[in-house]
Amino acid sequence: MKKIFSIILLLLLLSLAACAHTSARQAGRYDGLLYEEVLPNGLKVFALKDPNAPLAVFQIWYNAGSIHEQVGKTGLSHLLEHLMFKGTPKYGPKEFSKIISRAGGVDNAGTSRDYVYYHQKLAPDKLYLSIELEADRMSNLVMDPKETLSERDVVMEERRMRYDDDPQNIVYEEVMATAFKNIPYRWPVIGWMEDLKRITRDDLYKYYKEHYAPNNAMIIVAGNIDVDAVMTKIRSEFGGIPKGGRIENPDIAEPEQSGEKRLYVKKEAELPYVLIGYKTPNFLNDDGYALEVLAGVLSGGKSSRIYKSLIDEKRLALSADASYSSLDKYPSLFFLDAAPLPGKSIDEVEKALYEEVEKIKKEAPDEKEVQKAKNQVEAGFIMGQDSIFFQAEVVAMFEMLGDRKLKDKYFEGIRKVTPQDVQRAAQKYLVEDKKTVGVLVPLKKVESGN
Amino acid sequence: MKKQKTEDRRQKTEVTNPVTRYPLLVTVFILFNVFCSMFTDAYALDVKRTVLDNGLTLLIVERHNLPVVKVSVGIKAGSILEPEEKAGLASITASLLTSGTQKMTAQQISEEIEFVGGAVGASADEDFATVSLSVLKKDMDLGFDLLSDIIINPSFPEDELNKKRVRIKGSLKSQEDQPDFVASREFRKAVFGAHPYGRLVQGTPETLDAIKRDDVVNFHSAYYVPNNAIMSVVGDITPEEVKALLKQFFPEWHSKEIKSASLLKPTEVKERKTITIDKDLTQANIILGHAGISRDNPDYYAVSVMNYILGGGGFESRLMQNVREEKGLAYDIHSFFAPNKYSGTFQVGVQTKNESANTAVEEILKEINRIRNTPVSDTELADAKSFLTGSFPLRFETGARIANFLIAVEFYGLGLDYIDKYPSYINSVTKDEVLRVAKKYLDPDNFVLVVVANQEKAGLKPEFK
Repeated sequence: MKKIFSIILLLLLLSLAACAHTSARQAGRYDGLLYEEVLPNGLKVFALKDPNAPLAVFQIWYNAGSIHEQVGKTGLSHLLEHLMFKGTPKYGPKEFSKIISRAGGVDNAGTSRDYVYYHQKLAPDKLYLSIELEADRMSNLVMDPKETLSERDVVMEERRMRYDDDPQNIVYEEVMATAFKNIPYRWPVIGWMEDLKRITRDDLYKYYKEHYAPNNAMIIVAGNIDVDAVMTKIRSEFGGIPKGGRIENPDIAEPEQSGEKRLYVKKEAELPYVLIGYKTPNFLNDDGYALEVLAGVLSGGKSSRIYKSLIDEKRLALSADASYSSLDKYPSLFFLDAAPLPGKSIDEVEKALYEEVEKIKKEAPDEKEVQKAKNQVEAGFIMGQDSIFFQAEVVAMFEMLGDRKLKDKYFEGIRKVTPQDVQRAAQKYLVEDKKTVGVLVPLKKVESGN
Repeated sequence: MKKQKTEDRRQKTEVTNPVTRYPLLVTVFILFNVFCSMFTDAYALDVKRTVLDNGLTLLIVERHNLPVVKVSVGIKAGSILEPEEKAGLASITASLLTSGTQKMTAQQISEEIEFVGGAVGASADEDFATVSLSVLKKDMDLGFDLLSDIIINPSFPEDELNKKRVRIKGSLKSQEDQPDFVASREFRKAVFGAHPYGRLVQGTPETLDAIKRDDVVNFHSAYYVPNNAIMSVVGDITPEEVKALLKQFFPEWHSKEIKSASLLKPTEVKERKTITIDKDLTQANIILGHAGISRDNPDYYAVSVMNYILGGGGFESRLMQNVREEKGLAYDIHSFFAPNKYSGTFQVGVQTKNESANTAVEEILKEINRIRNTPVSDTELADAKSFLTGSFPLRFETGARIANFLIAVEFYGLGLDYIDKYPSYINSVTKDEVLRVAKKYLDPDNFVLVVVANQEKAGLKPEFK
């Protein structure tokens, strides 16, 4: 199901394009119900009116994810995200979330490899609070040294929780670090613990000043909103913030891999686990569509090949999946993963995963299987639109990849995929010499048969 | 569960669920607020409630913004009804509904629904089981056909039961790698003892082995009956259409006398108890708490406000301010009252590096004592109320959420006007009441403390042992 979710994102704009055209009063323009404007300081703003939504969302996205960090300073982007809640001269260190909660809203933020974003959900008439608070912290962050160090401790605890005490996530971290030798996907978003210990307040402040600027950001507001009023407020709060330097994504390519890489993680655990990553392009390459459908054929629900074979028929695995996300800025990995049932070996499940891949390489999947994978994408997208947050996210994600209209291209691409395309993609990318295999070796003896 | 975890792991690298600042607003509030939200005038839901001839309570909300239909069926068939030696029976019965019917195999069921991009599934918790369906409007017939088939005619193939049993046992083993799972299991056991609320809904390897196909068949036949069920339908569909679909696909679902199991209120263990589990972890996973309240307790709303201030209110809570914001000791600390039908728990949960375990426990007790001994401030009270009353629409953004909410409102007997009354319940809470319920429902002396950690590094002080 998860791959469907990532694919679905695209279809959204398609439906918007079908809506009635409205003329714009300001410098911006409408595309269906989606209004778009670029302020003179380079800030891009989208406003999406959905009269059915019982609330409004505000999202601001910055081109400041972990790919923008340097060796030795990993985790900066995410730590800075935490510090964005630590106050400005106008609003003290504990004010941001307090103001939002008091208004009955919720707020949070997230950092990915490619970007960072901040968001709030509120009653539509409270949206002005988000606009004021976000404009203020785009350029006025205080970053008190004491608060900074204390928040660094919080992030270290977060790292312990998410990675150090979670054996499967450690395997994931190691597979990424081993598969990539050049592009910044090789380090984790949360950063290495050793780097976190060394990051200083000055590192963070410098990064903030360089990356947090209107021309390096994008806002999307959505919900049952008055677009004109919201835009007026956004122009007045953000319009005066000066332009900064343009942040480009690092121009880095990954060297060819010629031969399997294999690694082991030894940790206290009950069951072993295997994660296999194949180097694949993203959807800016036409093969991306076929790879998305391939992931659906292999792993889109209980009637998919991997579930049927490893879990249902052979009864080897407790969990087994294929997954692929084509929406990263850089080419990334197509994953297979599995945990064996107690008493079954890691070799058996790994072999069984490859068997499913080989079958597709030998013989193209049925027309019906391919159609099912496409149907899942389409239905998942329609259902996702029930969430206004999701609708906003779709617009932003594609825009962050270069152009929100890439969504149309993507959707058309998925629809055109044939069984032969799926077979060809498997033959081309799911090959031994391009893969990295991570294996979790449980240190505790596993009793069999229990 | 493991599967879930690997999904998380991957999603973390995507925008859809990146490394976030704070995970709790999602988890705690779903647990806590799903039962205590209100519909403001602007977002009032027009709920049509009827009880059909066969005893089924039917709740319908029309939403024509998307061509989608969501159905939830709540059935009073939770683990509370199963015998101790067959723990896991309610859960395995629910999960086997999609594993074959008189006319379809497990594979055919998933093939049919997945081909149209829909979903059908079932699971059980302590109080009730939920069967859910999600389809595009154009596939309603197919969806209702499947739904009725799995509810009325499951065949419970022996082979599928065995498969499921092996998988549940495997997942229980695998969950041992999740310290929060281990801590929570030990906590419930200590608070409720042998009562069903003290057990894992999934059962144990031993009790799972004791479940025979006949047990499943009998459990299903006893409880999966319309007069023991609530169905909510939300989406692009009219009440007439729903009734026509029920007539077409559920004509064979007949009411039946339900043998009333003698449900006992659990005897809550009121004593000081520490449970330590040694694992090679970097963090201590701590739960401190005791018995709480049931959902029908009239103090529920005062408790909601009190807990928001103590540890339920995200970043605003006292525990969060103290342990995370001021001391930098944890990424996550929270408290909640989890109300079940016949009882509930109160718990504070935190993860902190092993070496800080003692400090975290001390600070938790300090905050519990403080809220029991001194009235909360006017601002705290006002902020709690404005959040609790104001955040309603956020929880009911999607049809699926509305469908589940309606089941809970009906199951816990809150009344459909609950939606209108909730703000007044919350707004009438006073400072004195907050103090009263804090004294009454928080106990800084008799509590269960569970610490899953590298015990040597955590080095719990003697007074916590």
